[in-house]
Amino acid sequence: MKGVARSTTAPTGAARWWLTAHASLVYLFFYAPIVVLVLYSFNDSRIIGGWDGFTFRWYGEFAENRSVRDALAVSFRVALLSTAISVVLGTLSALSIERFRWRGRRLLDGVLYLPIIIPDVTMAVMLLVFFSEAADIIDRLPFIDLSSGLETLVISHVAFNISFVSVVVRARLANLDPSAEEAAADLYANRWQTFRRVTLPQIMPGVIGGALLAITLSLDDVVVSSFVQAIGSTPLPVFVFGLVRRGVSPLINAVSVFMLAASTGLVLVSLLVQRIRSSPGEPKELIP
Amino acid sequence: MTVIDPPAQVDPPVSPELETGARRAASRRGFLLGLPALLYLTVFFMVPLGIVVAYSFATRSRTGRTELRDWNLDAYARLGDDVVRTIAVRSLWIALATTLISLVLAYPLAYYMSTRTPTVRNILLVGVMLPFWSNFLVRTYAWRVLLDSDGLVSQATQAVGIGETRLLFTPTAVLIGLVYRYLPFMVLPLYAAIERIDWSLVEAARDLHASAWTAFRRVVWPLSLPGVIAGSILVFVPSFGAYVTPAILGGNKEGLLGSFIVSQFLSARNGPVGASLSVVVLSVMLVATLWYFRSGGRNL
Amino acid sequence: MNRFKLLTLLTALAIAIAACGDDDDSETGGGGAAEGATCEPGEVDGDLALYNWSEYIDPELITAFEEEFDVTVTEDFYPSNEEMLARVQEGASFDLIVPSDYMVSIMIEEGLLTPIQADAVPNLDNLADRFASELPYDPEGEYSVPYQWGTTGLGVDLAVVGEDVPHTWGLVFDPELSQQYAGKITMLDDPRETMGAALKYLGYSLNTTDPDELAEAEELVADAIPRLAAFDSDQYDDLLIQGESAIAHGYSGNFFTAFEEGESDYEYFVPDEGGTVWVDNMAVPTSAAHPCTAHAFINFLLDAENGAALTNWNFYASPNAAAEEFIDAEVLEDPAIYPTEELNERLEFIEDTGDFEIEYTDALSRARG
Repeated sequence: MKGVARSTTAPTGAARWWLTAHASLVYLFFYAPIVVLVLYSFNDSRIIGGWDGFTFRWYGEFAENRSVRDALAVSFRVALLSTAISVVLGTLSALSIERFRWRGRRLLDGVLYLPIIIPDVTMAVMLLVFFSEAADIIDRLPFIDLSSGLETLVISHVAFNISFVSVVVRARLANLDPSAEEAAADLYANRWQTFRRVTLPQIMPGVIGGALLAITLSLDDVVVSSFVQAIGSTPLPVFVFGLVRRGVSPLINAVSVFMLAASTGLVLVSLLVQRIRSSPGEPKELIP
Repeated sequence: MTVIDPPAQVDPPVSPELETGARRAASRRGFLLGLPALLYLTVFFMVPLGIVVAYSFATRSRTGRTELRDWNLDAYARLGDDVVRTIAVRSLWIALATTLISLVLAYPLAYYMSTRTPTVRNILLVGVMLPFWSNFLVRTYAWRVLLDSDGLVSQATQAVGIGETRLLFTPTAVLIGLVYRYLPFMVLPLYAAIERIDWSLVEAARDLHASAWTAFRRVVWPLSLPGVIAGSILVFVPSFGAYVTPAILGGNKEGLLGSFIVSQFLSARNGPVGASLSVVVLSVMLVATLWYFRSGGRNL
Repeated sequence: MNRFKLLTLLTALAIAIAACGDDDDSETGGGGAAEGATCEPGEVDGDLALYNWSEYIDPELITAFEEEFDVTVTEDFYPSNEEMLARVQEGASFDLIVPSDYMVSIMIEEGLLTPIQADAVPNLDNLADRFASELPYDPEGEYSVPYQWGTTGLGVDLAVVGEDVPHTWGLVFDPELSQQYAGKITMLDDPRETMGAALKYLGYSLNTTDPDELAEAEELVADAIPRLAAFDSDQYDDLLIQGESAIAHGYSGNFFTAFEEGESDYEYFVPDEGGTVWVDNMAVPTSAAHPCTAHAFINFLLDAENGAALTNWNFYASPNAAAEEFIDAEVLEDPAIYPTEELNERLEFIEDTGDFEIEYTDALSRARG
């Protein structure tokens, strides 16, 4: 289908050369700072600017530093938990808005855009205020404690991630031909079967795209997290922010390289799994 | 934000009673599917938002606690200060410039990506996301190394004979940092929009002797518009409130809205003014976004 | 669904979600055990939740404490006093926090700190006299125990400014003197520190609440901004030794490590007009669940050898007089870390100015424009 058409409309000649050059330059832009931080993670000087020779010592310190490892564990747990929850809620809301006509639909639609629109500073402050007010109410209720563990972090990350997942899934859904679902219904598949066998596989690329975006936003969030983190749960970006405040050390470069490598590994594995499970031939799209 | 109508329900022509019943069932299912997200966002987003609105009318205590008494409009009156207007206009320009540069950089890239084979496309897409799985602060500090007076950029300009350039702590550095941070938010929706374009339409246009440029302007661009709109909102909004990147790369010598809100909440411990400014920023952004989506005529 | 039903459902959900948060042991919740409990010296009543600045304590000291008292220490970190205040107000029940001087007085006024039980901290005797009492933010030493202290001043690259550089804030604020260093100066991105430096240059107190004096300082800062490279509270020491700046406004201890790494010769001084002295303190919040462990930890750090280990690790001056014999000589003899007696006369604490605090922030915002 599209693949055939594409081959005849793909840019040719000068346009093609120009597009390729442009893409290469943009990727150079994307990776220039990454190259710098990988290089400096092997730098034997405490100072980022100078070069004192090659060393593994920051990776050694990373392996020994309990605080960094704790922060890393918090970050990964919060990212995975909040992504899982927001993927479910976001996908359901996307289905609900795109596939059904109901009275609160416009309200949900509006509310869903707000977390994207709101500047992160405002969101951080209002969640802090919310949790502090909630703590006041909670003090009066026995055996309830909202301000402990990872809950505040996960709750906050889900609050902004639902919207991003929903937007990506909706972009996919809006473009889908409902005829396959109708055919399934005509063949007496029940709703769950239709969803499981027809709808879900069709929107899967959107769901995966949304999940990638959610993980990225969660792993990178420093503003909201630094306001809402609870006892024993400093996530990595907040910890790094503190480290930078007290004199940066190449340790954080080593940690970043580790995160980069770990996430790359995760993506490769998930791509591989996806590829094995999908029928041979055209690989699935990552993003709708 | 506009709400496009869902695909027309393809109910077979049946008696009115049955049709009403089917519609009710669909309405109930839609409600049940949407309910979890709606409840979640109501409790953990709309309620907190309400508290911020309340704070904006409240009073600062001597020690900097926000006290919910003596309701007043003082915090809003403070927003009339010249300094607030200056930084709002400056933040607006920076956000607009960031959005425009990102669009110009991202559009050809998204176009290029969507004309590759599926395997290459997936690799390119992951390639866009990957840098963002390191740490944002560390990436920004890496930019400092690239932009300072003996950094890579300066060495490159020296090599071609322009001489030493120190971009660090200039507005240019702020723009570079913001574009770098938010470019993927432009690339993803643009790619999603361009990739879905029915290329047979372009072929048809070319068959009718339209030039490549005309075919692009009349067919590809209008069809990619939803991606342009979604992408520019996802870039404009966060760069309008950004404060970490401008502080690290720009040296914070000129006030911006994000850092102003932060300094009100933290340094001055002035909750009411921080809240009132947040409320105003959010309202303006919401109206602007609604208008932008409407004028685009499509949803995301 | 009508409105009433929806409201009921929302409330139910809110309570259900709130209840999900409760998976910690119940003793950490609620108002905390800090009030009323009396602790014996060395008594521990549970694990320690420590809320501290990043990289401010030698991890080996934490391990040593854990082994000696058979408890676990959970560390959390904050980048600013204000974020710490916000979270303690929020009800997070930390056992021990490390607020700076002015923040101690705010937290005392807010009723967030519990009195230190002197009987449980016999090592209080190790404190130097000047830190044992009469600190302006906590005159009786009732609520806080000094942790580390230092000054705020200027770090300079001697290769650029010359060996006989005048020790004055004029390097930043005097248009003629500072013009030659234009683009090579960084100031702290902190309203009280930066406005305070300008006030000192003008000969005023850095705790002034006189709008005219502050307005004068604001004008001075506004005039100086075109000559600044950046406002930077985080990396000023690195920028200095990389040669990106030649004059850096910053905290004493931070310069120490940086100067050793740099290739040029450097000097740190508090200008003759005077500057800031600051003290970070250990304090027990009222919401602390394990106040006795917190007291045991305070006592542990006030031990002579442990106090010295702290300073030898983070290069900030120790308020612990008994520790001095164990502190490395090069640290003890560095005037950037341990100011001379003569300098002490010119130092001033930043004190909370109440409602006037807003004016300091706004003055810096307006100066930036």
